[in-house]
Amino acid sequence: MIYEEVTAGSRTRRTLSGAARVLLELRIDGPLVVGLSLIAAYGLVVLYSASGQSLPTVLRTVARLLLGAIAMLLLARVNPNFLRRSTPWLYLGGCALLLVVAAIGHSGMGAQRWLDLGVFRFQPSELMKLAVPMMCAWYLHERPLPPTWSALAMLAVVILVPVALVAVQPDLGTAALIAIAGALVIVLAGLRLRFMLALLALGAAAAWFGWSFMHDYQRKRVLTFLNPQTDPLGAGYHIIQSQIAIGSGGVFGKGWMNGSQAQLEFLPERSTDFIFAVIGEEFGLLGLLLLLLLYVFVVGRAIYLATQTQDTYARLLAGSLGLTFFVYVFINAGMVTGLLPVVGVPLPLVSYGGSSVVTLLAGFGILMALYSRRKLVGS
Amino acid sequence: MPAVRIKDHWREQRLFDQRSLACAAIIGLASIGLIVRLFVLQVSRHEYYADLSQGNRVRNEPIPAARGLILDRHGEVIAGNQPAYQLELVPEEVPDVDKTLANLVGLSLIRAEDVGEIERTIDSSRTFDSVPIRLRMSDEDVARFAVRRFEFPGLDIKTRQTRWYPHGDLAVHALGYVGAISEQDLKHIDRAAYAGTALIGKLGVESTFERELHGANGFRELLVNAQGRSVERQGAFIPTNLRTRAPTAGDDLMLTIDLTVQRVAESALAGHRGAVVALDPNNGDVIALVSLPGFDPTMFGRGITAAEYGTLQGDIDRPLFNRALRGTYPPGSTVKPVIALAGLTYHVVDPEAHRFCAGSYHLPGSSFIYREYHNEHHGAVNLDDAIARSCDVYFYGLANEIGVDRISTFMAPFGFGKPTGIDIGGEKAGILPSREWKEKVFSRPADRVWFPGETVSFGIGQGYLTVTPIELAHYASIVATRGRIWRPRLVSAWRDPRTGQVHPIAPVSEGEVPGVAADDWQRVVHGMIGVTQRGTAAAIGAHAAYVFAGKTGTAQVYTVARNEKYNASKINERLRDHSWFIAFAPADAPRIALAVLEENGGAGASAAAPIARKVLDAYLLDADGKVKPHS
Repeated sequence: MIYEEVTAGSRTRRTLSGAARVLLELRIDGPLVVGLSLIAAYGLVVLYSASGQSLPTVLRTVARLLLGAIAMLLLARVNPNFLRRSTPWLYLGGCALLLVVAAIGHSGMGAQRWLDLGVFRFQPSELMKLAVPMMCAWYLHERPLPPTWSALAMLAVVILVPVALVAVQPDLGTAALIAIAGALVIVLAGLRLRFMLALLALGAAAAWFGWSFMHDYQRKRVLTFLNPQTDPLGAGYHIIQSQIAIGSGGVFGKGWMNGSQAQLEFLPERSTDFIFAVIGEEFGLLGLLLLLLLYVFVVGRAIYLATQTQDTYARLLAGSLGLTFFVYVFINAGMVTGLLPVVGVPLPLVSYGGSSVVTLLAGFGILMALYSRRKLVGS
Repeated sequence: MPAVRIKDHWREQRLFDQRSLACAAIIGLASIGLIVRLFVLQVSRHEYYADLSQGNRVRNEPIPAARGLILDRHGEVIAGNQPAYQLELVPEEVPDVDKTLANLVGLSLIRAEDVGEIERTIDSSRTFDSVPIRLRMSDEDVARFAVRRFEFPGLDIKTRQTRWYPHGDLAVHALGYVGAISEQDLKHIDRAAYAGTALIGKLGVESTFERELHGANGFRELLVNAQGRSVERQGAFIPTNLRTRAPTAGDDLMLTIDLTVQRVAESALAGHRGAVVALDPNNGDVIALVSLPGFDPTMFGRGITAAEYGTLQGDIDRPLFNRALRGTYPPGSTVKPVIALAGLTYHVVDPEAHRFCAGSYHLPGSSFIYREYHNEHHGAVNLDDAIARSCDVYFYGLANEIGVDRISTFMAPFGFGKPTGIDIGGEKAGILPSREWKEKVFSRPADRVWFPGETVSFGIGQGYLTVTPIELAHYASIVATRGRIWRPRLVSAWRDPRTGQVHPIAPVSEGEVPGVAADDWQRVVHGMIGVTQRGTAAAIGAHAAYVFAGKTGTAQVYTVARNEKYNASKINERLRDHSWFIAFAPADAPRIALAVLEENGGAGASAAAPIARKVLDAYLLDADGKVKPHS
């Protein structure tokens, strides 16, 4: 009996190591995949409720997740050296596509963000969420760190050109996320503290300067943006309803598909930008803590993987990808809970719609590629 | 030349690790910040947000309570409730609103000129709300629509309870009416208690007893979505904790009014302006309260139009004016009994002594001449004759001898100069003049002095003295009971509609007239019986099955110059004298006392007295013309 138990144990170990071998062969990081899968699965459960029990909505999201998973698997197998060498071309290509979109959008007399490729619509700004941090990491790869003033000036151009092109679409939310992804690379590269402080001071001065030149109605607009509660039927409606949803959920929530705020449509954007509030209402504080735990685990794992890579490009890019993921979570959660102004940032892997799921998973694919081939890097 | 920096991989790795650690710390802090925020929302302020969420999803739909009924003393319904039909339209269920409205115009269910207004109402309503497009449908309208109903998807006939007065304008000035709640009403009612109620009592019993009649509205909690649409379920679950509270119907009120007597009084006075107030002298119960012309109270409840209201307001006969409670008129000779009582009580007059009436009276020390009505000559009259034949000259002298101060003091307990305190609002008081009154009211010093001549007029109920019909009826009932005073009342009991239990309201005694000897009461009553048997109203009293006491009165509207004769046929109908009659019966044990006023009716004996006789007969006699036994 005892012998057999040991055998069974060893068989389990053998099975596990077999699974590990598969992961290794696929260049995939097990813990990261588990974390991402759990978030995605949790998201689908919530989405079914938040979409008003719409199965097609859930199935479309599953399709996107699968597409993202394929992108992740493919990118995980790419040689990091190839990735690094092709980075400038990817970046320049992305900028060119943004110019094309801007041109079409201009002639079409309206906001335009995507290119219709027949089979699917493609948003070049999504590509830039990856291309910009890649380009920054590529630029710093050969250079000594912390970056010099001239390097910083060059990086500023690298970041601001695509950001400006996205901002004029106009898509300020995505533009800000692209800028943050690029800026995080520079921070990780060892940007000096006093430079950051100086930048903060400059920003504050610019804000004060701008404020003193604004008309009353413009100031009012800014204040409404910063504190939507002053406009309960307009900009404030979303945030008031989402706070009611989260607050009324309490510790244990009202139960799956039983959140009155979400189900009776008091909560706007319930399946997209404000899905965080649906979780808060139906699964309560515990449900949100579980979600945050999963996110923090994924981000922590990503940062750990980044520290294990062995060259500058890989480290900076991997670190930036992981941190950007957390920035998405924090901005969305902060907005829905009323800590931050309302900006259109979806909750990663949970919010319905958009090509951001594919971009996110592609980013994690790149991260895995950088980690799994770490011993080959620089060879 | 700056030093050439070369990549130091080991140092860069360490820098990156430091930065990663710092970022991880920031992530940790940010996460803690988020968690604190969630704790505030979901734990500290959970109840606050739970309330807001409940308020979002649940809407209270009021269920109006049935208004209490108003019944006469025999239990006959005077004011009840009746469903009113209205046509309602649910915009989202109507395929083509314009076409539908055009078709309704074709059926003459709505008027073409109203279509624009109806369309605006529909546009401003939510698509799933039922919009009333035609109120007050007649039975015929309902039938016409019912036949074509299949052509009108999204349209339906809804009923709502509205006040219904089965006897039309009968007793309207006692009842009052219900009308739409006005801005004015909103100031003194609890809005929550009236949610779902469209009508409120105005005037009369309907207004004074609003609280009892209204009852308590119920409510039904409905689950609503963000658009306010009522929904059955919320996500996957059907909520079970929605509450409903049934409404409590208002109390029914039992009036003291006898509808039979009321109807007789109204038809007797019909075609004239005037008032009849009949009281039970033994408890103050109002047997009939008439003010004509009246109006149909139902039209206020179903929604009166501006044109209809304008007609009522502009009517020269003032149908909205409650003459019985608010009309003040000189009482004329109807005050003579109380003047006589004052003379007897103050021992100013010997009841058997005769005075000579030659048709005019000279006030001692004055050149004024006070004429007898119609220039009659009564010859030698004692007190009994003076009352029965209404000799002015006798009372000119008597009043002058008693003096204004004593007359005023003596008359006060009979209710002159103050409201009777009847249990409905809107009563106005007449004027009981006195030296003090005159000094207070007039501004010019010359006017503030009481002149002896004014006392002379006072003696026959002219001059400053004014009364309302209910005051005069109250006075008649006090004389009838030889001095017992009861506060007039219209509501004798209320009935709980659920248990059917009747809660009587005790009549309110206000004591007795002090200091009048029983013999003196008897002498004056005897004089009043004389009025109906051999005096001014002998024609009216003839062949009565009971002995009744009365007094005629004629109130001057138009002052005839002292050297001029009053000629009714020559002056405008509206300037003719007002006709009064007060009476009570049976004279020895009175069961009814009344006052009748006919505006511009001329002499009391010819206009008001016949009406009084009909009312007395209606109350006292059975179908065979025999006096009913006292119940």
